[in-house]
Amino acid sequence: MKLYCLSGHPTLPCNVLKFKSTTIMLDCGLDMTSTLNFLPLPLVQSPRLSKLPGLVLKDGSTFLDKELKECSGHVFVDSVPEFCLPETELLDLSTVDVILISNYHCMMALPYITEYTGFTGTVYATEPTVQIGRLLMEELVNSIERVPKAQSASTWKNKEVQRLLPAPLKDAVEVSMWRKCYTMPEVNAALSKIQLVGYSQKIELFGAVQVTPLSSGYALGSSNWIIQSHYEKVSYVSGSSLLTTHPQPMDQASLKNSDVLILTGLTQIPTANPDGMVGEFCSNLAMTVRNGGNVLVPCYPSGVIYDLLECLYQYIDSAGLSNVPFYFISPVANSSLEFSQIFAEWLCHNKQTKVYLPEPPFPHAELIQTNKLKHYPSIHGDFSNDFKQPCVIFTGHPSLRFGDVVHFMELWGKSSLNTVIFTEPDFSYLDALAPYQPLAMKCVYCPIDTRLNFIQVSKLLKEVQPLHVVCPEQYTQPPPSQSHRTDLMIDCQPPPMSYRRAEVLTLPYKRRYEKIEIMPELADSLVPLEIKPGISLATVSAMLHTKDNKHVLQLPPKPPQPPTSKKRKRVSDDVPECKPLKPLLSGSIPVDQFVQTLEKHGFSDVKVEDTAKGHIVLLQEAETLIQIEEDSTHIICDNDEPLRVKLRDLVLKFLQKF
Amino acid sequence: MPEIKVTPLGAGQDVGRSCILVSIAGKNVMLDCGMHMGYNDDRRFPDFSYITQNGRLTDFLDCVIISHFHLDHCGALPYFSEMVGYDGPIYMTHPTKAICPILLEDYRKITVDKKGETNFFTSQMIKDCMKKVVAVHLHQTVQVDEELEIKAYYAGHVLGAAMFQIKVGCESVVYTGDYNMTPDRHLGAAWIDKCRPDLLITESTYATTIRDSKRCRERDFLKKVHETVERGGKVLIPVFALGRAQELCILLETFWERMNLKAPIYFSTGLTEKANHYYKLFITWTNQKIRKTFVQRNMFEFKHIKAFDRAFADNPGPMVVFATPGMLHAGQSLQIFRKWAGNEKNMVIMPGYCVQGTVGHKILSGQRKLEMEGRQIVSLSQFAHGIQGKVAPDSQHLCSPPLLLQLEVKMQVEYMSFSAHADAKGIMQLIRQAEPRNVLLVHGEAKKMEFLKQKIEQEFHVNCYMPANGETTTIFTNPSIPVDISLGLLKRETAIGLLPDAKKPKLMHGTLIMKDNSFRLVSPEQALKELGLAEHQLRFTCRVHIQDPRKEHETVLRVYNHLKGVLKDYSVQHLPDGSITVESILIQATAHSEDQGTKVLLVSWTYQDEELGSYLTSLLKKGLPQSSS
Repeated sequence: MKLYCLSGHPTLPCNVLKFKSTTIMLDCGLDMTSTLNFLPLPLVQSPRLSKLPGLVLKDGSTFLDKELKECSGHVFVDSVPEFCLPETELLDLSTVDVILISNYHCMMALPYITEYTGFTGTVYATEPTVQIGRLLMEELVNSIERVPKAQSASTWKNKEVQRLLPAPLKDAVEVSMWRKCYTMPEVNAALSKIQLVGYSQKIELFGAVQVTPLSSGYALGSSNWIIQSHYEKVSYVSGSSLLTTHPQPMDQASLKNSDVLILTGLTQIPTANPDGMVGEFCSNLAMTVRNGGNVLVPCYPSGVIYDLLECLYQYIDSAGLSNVPFYFISPVANSSLEFSQIFAEWLCHNKQTKVYLPEPPFPHAELIQTNKLKHYPSIHGDFSNDFKQPCVIFTGHPSLRFGDVVHFMELWGKSSLNTVIFTEPDFSYLDALAPYQPLAMKCVYCPIDTRLNFIQVSKLLKEVQPLHVVCPEQYTQPPPSQSHRTDLMIDCQPPPMSYRRAEVLTLPYKRRYEKIEIMPELADSLVPLEIKPGISLATVSAMLHTKDNKHVLQLPPKPPQPPTSKKRKRVSDDVPECKPLKPLLSGSIPVDQFVQTLEKHGFSDVKVEDTAKGHIVLLQEAETLIQIEEDSTHIICDNDEPLRVKLRDLVLKFLQKF
Repeated sequence: MPEIKVTPLGAGQDVGRSCILVSIAGKNVMLDCGMHMGYNDDRRFPDFSYITQNGRLTDFLDCVIISHFHLDHCGALPYFSEMVGYDGPIYMTHPTKAICPILLEDYRKITVDKKGETNFFTSQMIKDCMKKVVAVHLHQTVQVDEELEIKAYYAGHVLGAAMFQIKVGCESVVYTGDYNMTPDRHLGAAWIDKCRPDLLITESTYATTIRDSKRCRERDFLKKVHETVERGGKVLIPVFALGRAQELCILLETFWERMNLKAPIYFSTGLTEKANHYYKLFITWTNQKIRKTFVQRNMFEFKHIKAFDRAFADNPGPMVVFATPGMLHAGQSLQIFRKWAGNEKNMVIMPGYCVQGTVGHKILSGQRKLEMEGRQIVSLSQFAHGIQGKVAPDSQHLCSPPLLLQLEVKMQVEYMSFSAHADAKGIMQLIRQAEPRNVLLVHGEAKKMEFLKQKIEQEFHVNCYMPANGETTTIFTNPSIPVDISLGLLKRETAIGLLPDAKKPKLMHGTLIMKDNSFRLVSPEQALKELGLAEHQLRFTCRVHIQDPRKEHETVLRVYNHLKGVLKDYSVQHLPDGSITVESILIQATAHSEDQGTKVLLVSWTYQDEELGSYLTSLLKKGLPQSSS
């Protein structure tokens, strides 16, 4: 069992597990932090951005000034933003049999894998994961494609050149793996390879392995996966939450008795309490609006936004915000809000109960009905007519590099009345803001990450008791910025095995058994013998059929001749075809009884001699000698086959066969 | 021999009161718990005393499964769980769990409030009953206990309808509930994988019908509605509020839009909007097309179809009215029918199956003069099958003393099978998909079942059963026995064999250890070791006399060459100490003590090499070939 680690990002994993005869990719997360090195893509040309000075290197050379721009001491690539792909060279990805997706954030690299590597397998994901994943991809493609950028910078990626650049570009890793965004046809092709699955559905892979998604409690349709055969169990835990938000709660019990537990997707902000952050979010929002400012919330079109809207639904009236317009701008805003209402089966109990009434599970339906929340595909069209300030705007992308958020950053950045509130934990907010500096706008950081924290992890591990834990190396040491916080790492026994990008781990496991089926006809022919109280044995001679990794035992074509009654024909000239199988023997032979038996069978001249270890039985006339010891019998005779067979059968009467 | 026992308490050679007991590998499962539309007395519910006379039902049943929300499949559930008493788990899909209590409450209201029955389940009992329900996802494997697992498959038919696989070890049963093998305008087709159950229990409502293509039926339906409306007639379509109604509404809505028709379409009950809301929230259970487009346009928001008011029935001019219930046995559909029946310009279209005794059944069988008695009509009202409209106020006067009415039906009566059951072709198709070893028919009429049974036995060569209510069918299964084989043994056996062809069956030998109900197949050596027993070695040494005057080592060389020539596939070795081995068989030569011209070959082998050893001695006995060397 081997684990190929293709991504170094702990919350956007991409690993390949080789298990029995299958090759299983676990998630294909796309590391988008690379986009932070790029200039934002404004919807309308921004004079500020276009006037940024080109980079002049230390030695005065200016050959990069078209590709790289400086803004407030930071250098940015002036090009179409690019993403960092998982490793594609560590193993031949066309050999991947299946891809298991744990949640919609962890499938963003899917088109790169399925469309460019010769992948011919199947992708498994739940219906909400696919639908919302599609929305995320659609939004991403849309926000990049609608602002065509002539320039695609590549000179700076040259290793010799990159060495000369200021940080962080100098230290950017895997720049050769950075790729432009995929297109909608590629997205559609990738998504068409997905097969929908439900929680606790058992999916057979080639008869060798069974995979099962379990609710992980983090997002609509988010799953952990069990990968098991009859004797080994690997749990893949990725992006799980124990908090009660909108999704169905996490299924912990099914993770028990794992041989290996692969743990990824823990909270990125282990020190922040999500509930506290939501409170801070609301109060900052209210304060800004009361002072006549606008609030910008850079966010993904699905996920935490549902919870934020629900909080606001309860909060706005009491906070006197009933007249403030809330706008949700995204090409997929409408779809996201609609889809959230139809996944009753994937929701927490409270929300399910609402659907039974029947009422929409999320209160944002009411916010829309009462016109408190309005949604638009973009800032063009209806929005420009309806736009009233002060207001609250939810829009993407959280990296602040593309999407409608760029427009509002430029529009509102100069006024200290306005506030941008960061709720998504995926990007460092300081890095995100860098190309907009200097900013007058207030910036509030309320990252809401509901995924497991280290206290919850250690509780979970105590509960489910895996034999081995495998996790990204980041989880085996305290965060670099808080090196004294030894509580912010995984603590378990035996210590976790850690991996980093491009590493291959050999996972410990010891398989000793396999499942086999005994056909009823064969079962009927078996003769069990009670050897000890409660323990019976039966010797089995059967045909082994193996098909689709399933083993079946059937009656042999001819019933095997039991050795005791063997009246084999004299050997013909045919050489025996293959090694015949004879049982092992056990027991011992009581000499007195043996002699009696011999006499009963017509041997009249039996003579017994004692030896150091046992006895020798002599049949004088036949010139035959039988040595009998505790654990062995040796028949020495002339080449008289009938006699030998007769003696053999008499000896066998006293022994047990195995 | 292991067996599966099936006893229908309802739906055995009958439609209605579906309730089937299944015993499989020591587990008892009840499939559906319905009421009967044709009865008014004790017979309306299954006879649960069959399960146990005085014990607790919970002790006898491991679980109850409800296939869908129609009352003939779930109508007896609160009675069963709260009045007879059952506290075990009840499984159904999410939409069924959502809609079922509404239908039950409606049924209760009609029976208790209108009919005045007292010994009936209460609203609280419905609530308590629903608390015992566990909702299941499609394809989710639900572990009822350690051995018993169930799995739901999509069945079409109505929103949330499911087929269920019940599995214990390698034995399994599939129960279809009601299903539909052709997708319609709002639901998809039933689907099941090749799960090869020991028994498939299938409905057989349309056992003998083969319906023409859906498109033809739709065209006919639209043509008839259109013609009637064109000539100024009124069209009555009796439906149940959930199910066919939505499909036909979508059909008419799109037709009206395309043809730009102006005649009004009404839907009769206040429940419609609520019903449509369920469809909107459970849109993932509808068909592909509706799911794909729901963001742009929700198919369950109708533009042309408006709420019906009682007064509209007397309006002049054409109109189309959907009214509940679907079998014309009570409520608004019956009232409208009575008003319109006398006019030959009008038309009633029956889009589904009608149970015997209902007005719907009568007019479909050609009866044109109906004797209607007030009381009889009301007593029928409790046999509601779907969401029942609030019974209209004027049904009150029907309770007044019997009043015999002669009603002549002059309006046209049309039957269009839109009822979402599989037809004969569909049933055969499902059998082909699932590949069961036995088939058992329920939910159909005996005569039609008989026909289908023959057809199934002919085409699939499997046994087909059709027990009556209370009659037990026993099916013998022959499950194979799963055991654990030690990997060492399996690998050894797959390595043996001259050709490394993994697909070719191989002979293997092992020892099965049976201990505390666990079965392990291990190599004999391991079995001995585990039991702490020593091996007893049985060895044979045969003296073979050969006439050969040559020196011993030359004899040995001749023997060696001879064996090497004959036993090409074996490892034959000549050892430095002068002995020969064939595999593990040892051959040594000595000169005869008395006769130098005779050599004695000692051939020695263990019992495990018996075949080869015996073969070698007989081979050597024949002497060595004459050779010049």
